[in-house]
Amino acid sequence: MRVTQGCFSFLPDLTDEQISRQVQYALEKGWAVNIEFTDDPHPRNNLWEMWGLPMFDLRDAAGVMMELNECRKVYGDRYVRMSAFDSSHGWESVRLSFIVNRPKDEPGFRLERHEVAGRNIRYTTIPYAADRPEGARYGGA
Amino acid sequence: MNEQSMTIRGKDRYKSGVMEYKKMGYWEPDYEPKDTDIIALFRVTPQDGVDPIEAAAAVAGESSTATWTVVWTDRLTAAEKYRAKCYRVDPVPNSPGQYFAYIAYDLDLFENGSIANLSASIIGNVFGFKPLKALRLEDMRLPVAYVKTFQGPATGIVVERERMDKFGRPLLGATVKPKLGLSGRNYGRVVYEALKGGLDFTKDDENINSQPFMHWRERFLYCMEAVNKAQAASGEIKGTYLNVTAGTMEDMYERAEFAKELGSIIIMIDLVIGYTAIQSMAKWARRNDMILHLHRAGHSTYTRQRNHGVSFRVIAKWMRLAGVDHIHAGTVVGKLEGDPATTRGYYDICREDYNPARLEHGVFFDQHWASLNKLMPVASGGIHAGQMHQLLDHLGEDVVLQFGGGTIGHPMGIQAGATANRVALEAMILARNEGRDYLHEGPEILAKAAQTCTPLKSALEVWKNVTFNYESTDMPDYAPTASVSM
Repeated sequence: MRVTQGCFSFLPDLTDEQISRQVQYALEKGWAVNIEFTDDPHPRNNLWEMWGLPMFDLRDAAGVMMELNECRKVYGDRYVRMSAFDSSHGWESVRLSFIVNRPKDEPGFRLERHEVAGRNIRYTTIPYAADRPEGARYGGA
Repeated sequence: MNEQSMTIRGKDRYKSGVMEYKKMGYWEPDYEPKDTDIIALFRVTPQDGVDPIEAAAAVAGESSTATWTVVWTDRLTAAEKYRAKCYRVDPVPNSPGQYFAYIAYDLDLFENGSIANLSASIIGNVFGFKPLKALRLEDMRLPVAYVKTFQGPATGIVVERERMDKFGRPLLGATVKPKLGLSGRNYGRVVYEALKGGLDFTKDDENINSQPFMHWRERFLYCMEAVNKAQAASGEIKGTYLNVTAGTMEDMYERAEFAKELGSIIIMIDLVIGYTAIQSMAKWARRNDMILHLHRAGHSTYTRQRNHGVSFRVIAKWMRLAGVDHIHAGTVVGKLEGDPATTRGYYDICREDYNPARLEHGVFFDQHWASLNKLMPVASGGIHAGQMHQLLDHLGEDVVLQFGGGTIGHPMGIQAGATANRVALEAMILARNEGRDYLHEGPEILAKAAQTCTPLKSALEVWKNVTFNYESTDMPDYAPTASVSM
């Protein structure tokens, strides 16, 4: 399966040129771009690890792309995403987020059903990869 | 026509008998509205022979303290404060016989945090007043002091996006069709296919409640199976608007509680349940971390005709105060009423923290929202993937685009329909962010994306000539109205 979180997961994987243009768009809006990575793609796992701090005050996407390449060298077997933060009043949150790197093999999620009272079911979504410890998933790095 | 006051003062004002409204203190052209006043703008169509100033003063009177005759009991009160004051009357451009009346109301006339009270005053009695042929509430200025007495949207656009983990693009939805007749099991099938194919939301229709073909618990149970299965299949958060509209509040609370118990992130209500019920459900939604979708069922009965009723921009303001998170606000290009400029006005009212007066959008007043949460507009009705560039241009990024027929009617099936919409959307956002002139290059951008997406190719082919180009019945009065160019 393909994890389709983020803004562009239904398109073919973006090239570095395309990623760079999206980053430039965010920078021109005055948003700070952060690189984040994880090997726990659970849909409610919002706390992907941070590759350094959000890059405040940056003008040129080249700086972000350099960091992305460094991140890929270390965590190239994990999900990596770009998140752009807007600090302006009324938003103060992410404005754009998209996956820029994903594991070669994405086994997906197991859906567990626990039957409870009546016909109710309690659902639990578990990434197959999460059966192994962090860092040892997706082939491990 | 805005000459001096005609108000009779002193002892003569309270002589028993009938007195013209404009002489009773409801016409005060020198009055300067206070920052804390609520201001209403009415379109007044007096009966033939009725003085427009008198008609406007009567509207002020009948929507505040007046009755048809002088009453001495006014003198037991601070009557001048409580009288609504019409302070300006302008002829409506290009509309003989119609006048815009600006009326200011003191804040003390209203109960805190109650749309029922606000609307009972402003639209309670006066719309049936005999000396008027027609009357329309066009817009309202709500002072910050009053705005702050309301909860506002239970969740708001920012938090909704954070909970859904979806940023930078409109959200996608679809209303399950056929809207009536599916069994719970079949209904769940449609929800699953649409969500798995790439939509973020599916939606009950306004009249899906609990009927012989599908009782509400069946729907909720099968829908949540579909939602959870689609989440596991995609790794994304998904939702389905479970319509909890019912005959009594007790029934609605029961349904909402069950939706919560099943883990739904969103419930839905219809406008026809009434303002108080809406506010109650908004409070429930805030307490229970639930997104609250409002379907504006019934609104066209009073919003659509230009000369009589209540403008939808007023309803949008009331609903932002009342505290819903989603509201249907028009598509511009789809099958339902809405010219581009007027619709833009509605969207601004939902989404901005400050609306400057923009007569060309039908917005008559500066409106501060005092950091009240933003309300997500929903575009639904007769839209399809081939219009993605126009939708993005007209409606922007913070909107739910709902493709019901445009998903479920896809020749390759519901999943394919959903995928076509999602791919079209992502391709358009990518192009926009890259700085392309996506509005004009839209068809090329879509055709290019369709090269690697057969479902999109097929959608573009099937619906290529579908447009709904009819003249709007409700347009701004102060600017030439552009029609939708295809």
